[in-house]
Amino acid sequence: MGILAQLLAGLVFGLGLVISGMANPAKVLNFLDVAGTWDPSLAFVMAGAVAVTFIGFRLVLARPRPLFAAAFQVPTRRDLEPRLIVGPAIFGIGWGLSGLCPGPAFTALALAAPGALVFMPAMLAGMAAARWLATRAPAIPSPSR
Amino acid sequence: MITVFTPFASLVGGALIGLAAVLLLATSGRIAGISGIASRLFPPYEDSGLAGRIAFLAGLVLAPVLVMAATGAPIIQTVSGNLPLMAAAGLLVGFGSVWGYGCTSGHGVCGLARLSPRSLVATAVFMLAAGLTVLVVRHGLGG
Repeated sequence: MGILAQLLAGLVFGLGLVISGMANPAKVLNFLDVAGTWDPSLAFVMAGAVAVTFIGFRLVLARPRPLFAAAFQVPTRRDLEPRLIVGPAIFGIGWGLSGLCPGPAFTALALAAPGALVFMPAMLAGMAAARWLATRAPAIPSPSR
Repeated sequence: MITVFTPFASLVGGALIGLAAVLLLATSGRIAGISGIASRLFPPYEDSGLAGRIAFLAGLVLAPVLVMAATGAPIIQTVSGNLPLMAAAGLLVGFGSVWGYGCTSGHGVCGLARLSPRSLVATAVFMLAAGLTVLVVRHGLGG
């Protein structure tokens, strides 16, 4: 049941991306292009999404536990660190170059545009690299090699 | 390229994205951050949630197929055909989103709803970086 619910959540998420226009990189790039062919749609997507999650998360987290899992796994850290500047800056440059962020990169697969098909393996490689690098830190001398 | 401003469709679509995030939290107890879900397809595996992550991503991939089947109309999408640029962008998006603990969904939608200071900073930085990148690419080079 849990896996079925996750499939459904992914479907609804993807439906939202398609209906909102965010599955189209041109719309995303035009939101970012304030000085040119500006399309404010993305702000309305954010507003709609945050309005629902702002209320929905509070209702859900008031319950003792999720339906198909033992406990909620919600981030608790509130401290700031350099990674919160460096990572998003790198991500933002890639997003601005392509108009694709991770969600739309997945919904774009079925339409099989060459640019999207090149983007996906590169994105996954970047993710794997960041995960690998994150597990290496902090710099403790590695035992017997 | 000019795109049409779609306030109503974007608001409804955004609400669906929010609904999906609430659904995921209510059922699996997890935050709907796409970079977090996708990057955990790779080791190290910290839990047994791999099958669920694959199911969620499969839903994302299937959504446009269902929309096309239901409406009979093609989905409008313009993706750059500059393949070296798209490969470089993919690397940057993948690395940066994981290094920064999230992307547009995890920080931008879920984190802001939780009033997380970390997500507020991250969202401001990636919006600014993306906006400046578009400014340079579209208006700064040979303009």
